[in-house]
Amino acid sequence: MKAPPFDYHRPQSLPEALELLRGADARVLAGGQSLVPMLNFRLLAPTALVDINALDELRGITIEGGRLSFGAMARQREIERHAGLAEIAPIFAQAVREIGHRQTRNRGTIGGSLCHLDPSAELPMLCVLHDATLTIQSAGGSRRVAVRDFIQGAMSPGLDAGEMLTRIEMEAWPQGHAFAFLEHARRAGDYAMSSAACLLTFDAQGAITRAAICVGGLGDRPARLTHAEQSLLGARPDEQLFAQVAEEVERLPAEGSIHASAPFKRQIARTLVRRALTSACATMVTA
Amino acid sequence: MKQDLTLTVNGVSYTRAVEPRVNLGDFLRHDLGLTGTHFGCEHGICGACTVLVDGATLRSCLMFAVQAQGCEITTVEGLSDAQAPLHPIQQAFRDQHALQCGFCTPGMLLTVVELLDENPDPSEAEVRDAISGNICRCTGYQPIVDAALQAARTLKGGTR
Repeated sequence: MKAPPFDYHRPQSLPEALELLRGADARVLAGGQSLVPMLNFRLLAPTALVDINALDELRGITIEGGRLSFGAMARQREIERHAGLAEIAPIFAQAVREIGHRQTRNRGTIGGSLCHLDPSAELPMLCVLHDATLTIQSAGGSRRVAVRDFIQGAMSPGLDAGEMLTRIEMEAWPQGHAFAFLEHARRAGDYAMSSAACLLTFDAQGAITRAAICVGGLGDRPARLTHAEQSLLGARPDEQLFAQVAEEVERLPAEGSIHASAPFKRQIARTLVRRALTSACATMVTA
Repeated sequence: MKQDLTLTVNGVSYTRAVEPRVNLGDFLRHDLGLTGTHFGCEHGICGACTVLVDGATLRSCLMFAVQAQGCEITTVEGLSDAQAPLHPIQQAFRDQHALQCGFCTPGMLLTVVELLDENPDPSEAEVRDAISGNICRCTGYQPIVDAALQAARTLKGGTR
């Protein structure tokens, strides 16, 4: 249960880090909350680790005119407690509280979560929910990619050798939107068997004008319920309608595990989608 | 290849040469002889190896010692001196019988230190949430929760 030997680099600037990633069989070390267990289990044995914890360029969360911008090294705990984010995109704090435990959230980062890509991970799900755009950099240049193209499957980020995810950007939903994030795990902090997140806006008459719904933990990546999103437009909140649109989960790919079979996961996800929609509407009433 | 590392542990500065693959917890135990930090699972599940790094808890099996360059670490040994009275949180654990085998205790203590620093008056639910990443196989958690709540009362009373 000890990591195999590796060369350790702690670059002080992004260009230096990108140079170190070039060529060699190097892995980026961000928060280390997934990578280090994999090293300890000897599932990985890179020749070098490039520790990006000293890079100021990758830190912080900025909010400008409704646009959210996360440095890849923004820590989960920082996202959980960020006052500006709580105001403009409160679903982040709600979802991040479900990630692991305080000790792991103190270290874990949004960029690390997106590059590890556990299918039930919360932050990739929120990125898919918000149609985030990612900035990928390498010594040769920089490119931007939609998060849905970046996620190529379980633990399969769309990164070429020498590339690093540096920034995650998305538009926040309009002020006062409804939101909910729910997940089910056997114990607090465990990987979710299934999870559901939604964002909704309403017109003055209380009809739904925009909807985004995403489920996690079912298949190999977070999935949007695009038909459900469409069928909610123009409708008023209605428990029966929510149950009906949640049926779309039945058409999504699902993989069973030792903890939950595929049908059981779908059943949980269906229930969570219905509850998330109901609970999001409840946040509107109180607001 | 070993790399030089300077860090502060419980107020004492140390400089050692260490291999990059050595995690922080093993460094504390084997290089510094501070065996109060316990290792259970060594893959970030059990919470036994929790220490404070610059005031925030983390699992010392998931951080390499070389990453702690320049950091201030607090381990269970830093909570009270051998001759001094116990830290109020330690005293509360003793009063409430919040340990049996004691293996999870250092991690539990430091987790409660962080909780009470941030939230001096936690509810029982907040205590349970805070310690949810620390596995105890003896107590059933209830005495640990009671101890954390007792410590909160003591610390609020200004007897720290």
